[in-house]
Amino acid sequence: MPHPETPHIVGYGTFIAVWVLLLALTAGTVAVSKIELGVLHVWAALAIASVKSALVIAFFMHMKYETRLFRVCLFATLATLAIFIGFTFFDVLYR
Amino acid sequence: MSETPHRDDLGARFGMWLFLFTELLLFGGLFILYAVYLARHPEAFARAGKELSLPFGTVNTVVLLTSSLLVALSVSALQRGSRRLCLWLLAGTILSAALFMVNKYFEWSAKIHHGIYPGSPEMAGRETGEGVFFSLYYVTTGLHGVHVVVGALLLGWVFVLVKNGRVDSGNHVLLENAALYWHLVDLIWIFIFPLYYLIL
Amino acid sequence: MTPTPDTLSQSGDRGFLDPAVAAPGLFGWIFSTDHKRIGLLYLYSVTAFFIVGVLLGLLIRLELIAPGETIVGAQTYNALFTLHGVVMIFLFIIPGIPGAFGNLVLPIQIGAGDVAFPRLNLLSWWLYAVGALLALGSLFSGGGPPDTGWTFYVPFSVQTTTNVSLAVFAVFLIGFSSILTGLNFITTIHRLRAPGMGWGRLPLFIWSLYSTAWVQILATPILGITLVIVLLERLLGTGLFDPARGGDPIMFQHLFWIYSHPAVYIMVLPAMGVVSDIIPVFSRKPAFGYWAIAFSGIAIAAAGSLVWGHHMFTSGMSDMAVLVFSLLTFIVAIPSAVKVFNWVATLYKGAISLDPPMLFALTFVFLFAVGGLSGLILGSAGTDVHVHDTHFVVGHFHYVMFGGTGMAFFAAMHYWLPKFYGRMYNKRIATFAWALMFVGFNVLYFTMKLVGLKGMPRRYYDYVSEFHTLNLISTVGSWVLGLGLLILFVNLFRGLMRGEPAGPNPWGGASLEWTVPSPPPVENFPEPPRVTHGPYDFREAGIL
Repeated sequence: MPHPETPHIVGYGTFIAVWVLLLALTAGTVAVSKIELGVLHVWAALAIASVKSALVIAFFMHMKYETRLFRVCLFATLATLAIFIGFTFFDVLYR
Repeated sequence: MSETPHRDDLGARFGMWLFLFTELLLFGGLFILYAVYLARHPEAFARAGKELSLPFGTVNTVVLLTSSLLVALSVSALQRGSRRLCLWLLAGTILSAALFMVNKYFEWSAKIHHGIYPGSPEMAGRETGEGVFFSLYYVTTGLHGVHVVVGALLLGWVFVLVKNGRVDSGNHVLLENAALYWHLVDLIWIFIFPLYYLIL
Repeated sequence: MTPTPDTLSQSGDRGFLDPAVAAPGLFGWIFSTDHKRIGLLYLYSVTAFFIVGVLLGLLIRLELIAPGETIVGAQTYNALFTLHGVVMIFLFIIPGIPGAFGNLVLPIQIGAGDVAFPRLNLLSWWLYAVGALLALGSLFSGGGPPDTGWTFYVPFSVQTTTNVSLAVFAVFLIGFSSILTGLNFITTIHRLRAPGMGWGRLPLFIWSLYSTAWVQILATPILGITLVIVLLERLLGTGLFDPARGGDPIMFQHLFWIYSHPAVYIMVLPAMGVVSDIIPVFSRKPAFGYWAIAFSGIAIAAAGSLVWGHHMFTSGMSDMAVLVFSLLTFIVAIPSAVKVFNWVATLYKGAISLDPPMLFALTFVFLFAVGGLSGLILGSAGTDVHVHDTHFVVGHFHYVMFGGTGMAFFAAMHYWLPKFYGRMYNKRIATFAWALMFVGFNVLYFTMKLVGLKGMPRRYYDYVSEFHTLNLISTVGSWVLGLGLLILFVNLFRGLMRGEPAGPNPWGGASLEWTVPSPPPVENFPEPPRVTHGPYDFREAGIL
């Protein structure tokens, strides 16, 4: 039977540092959107959003301190979503 | 079985994560549509996107990121036994949720006032890609808004439980799970913001 | 069979069924968080809706017994096959084995006292029950029963005045129920296994529930959002699938089938798990290729998420997509074949006893194989173009869903219900019912494939006279099948209510559920069992 665990307590400072980083990245994504990138701007926006999400997931959501099982399952979910989007484009891109 | 009531915090968190995966896929469906229609109507999407209010969108992004900070801090606070701090932080999170919804109300009202909503005469006179953009915008941000409200209610309920001691420094997986749900709400917005407000 | 010292079930102790252990009357059932009671709630509900679905099916066949209008007109016929599909798929097959037998058996098979989240489990059933009632409500309210087919294709589903809105909302609730069940089972299997119950000692039924649960988690939300969008299209005119407004109707089909193809694996994986548990017991041999069977389920779940476009070959999607999806569809056949080979290898040199559970399990293998082979004809784009939307498709999916999952459901009933009611049914009558069903089934559905190959379209209430003979034969087959079903249910009901005490291990199984009394006590085990052998180690379990 699982017994109560001693939780890993994340320091206030860590959270605040992450928050500052998130705000900086938000400013960054707004700035990047003003640059003329053509079709790349979607990918740039998604890349920055992915970094922000990774920070929220790793620190705010404690993923960094959970067991590997959690990360594997999250990866499987994201891979599934990627496949759903990607395979749809086999149709949409080639009509 | 054993006499001690079954308690499995890791299992509870794991179950919550499984639920969050379903939420990711739920919004994922809307992002599939977005991706396809962006590829189909690139200029119309850019044109329509410019009409969304960048200030409103950015403020809301900052509000949600800050709300995530506050709720994350509240978990650490409770783990350290600082119950009152935890309550203040939770209250701050809920207030942020309210602020977000107020902003959303003003944003939507302004748009609707200008005749920008699905099936309006204004939209009928525009290029079809813009209509698709705005329909997706309303459906996605509307569904997101529902989740903001649900998240806020969840946090409100946990606030009460912390206040009367049912959730405390030795037993707080309910707070962690409510916080996880709230972070999901933030995560979805992290993608909505650039895809709708920054496609210029 | 080893005699056990447990005589409680013989002496009339009703275990978890004892009214004394629960709230009085109906409340003790619909507010119970005991996985066994919830499992029975599911059993009763899905069986009731199965019977509704059968009656609808019989009506459909009655209309098709002759060309022209026989008993109903076109509009009513459209409603009949829509409801038949919605009821059978969302109210019976998808929830059926996981909801009823997953709930009844899973915790006991892993040595746990209940699932990880018992109250969530009850909520699952309530969502199912409310959704089911709302789905039936769509029959009588609004513009009348939906007539779109269970697939709700746009634009018709957005434009029709029938009560599509209520129906899709009902399905949404049932989908949510399915998600919560999957969430519960995954967590339970990870966290609540008894000491010594390593992953390699899990019964293969558990492995199948695990694979299924992941599909429930990852695929069902896509159905959810698709149904929400259809609702918004109808109520608010969002126009997201309307080509005149920049939308794409094929996008509905993509979103719909992204769920609904994996959904067929939600339907069949638990059924395969039932078969994998039954065949070793009735062959007195451990399962051949345990890990192959376990991992092939995961492979089916994964590969099954890649192939949804094979429902859309004629939809107008790109040739590239047609090619890719057709190619990938052939891959899914491989892990399914792996299972069939391992089942047959388990039978080889086994001491076979053809009790009713085994008869139904073997029937699964045969009919699923036949249905799966016809699936290859459908998966190959070149041949699919000729048979898409004909009765060949209808024959194919009834072979795999009814001949497959349906038969496995009956196998599970005959295998596990004596455990949970503590009583045994008449095996001779069950065998007779099986024989009628086997004959009726093949007459009903094989002729369907033939008439489909000849070109008879599906979802039409009328057809040209040259298809008459085969349709007539098919309908007669449906009556034989219906009679067999009736005998099956009456026999089960009488046996489980009033039959001889079954004892804890009537079949000589080696997995944990056979070590507890029949019916099991509320807490399943007085204390967590220590597991020292695998689920099919009959010798170590002292059975052989």
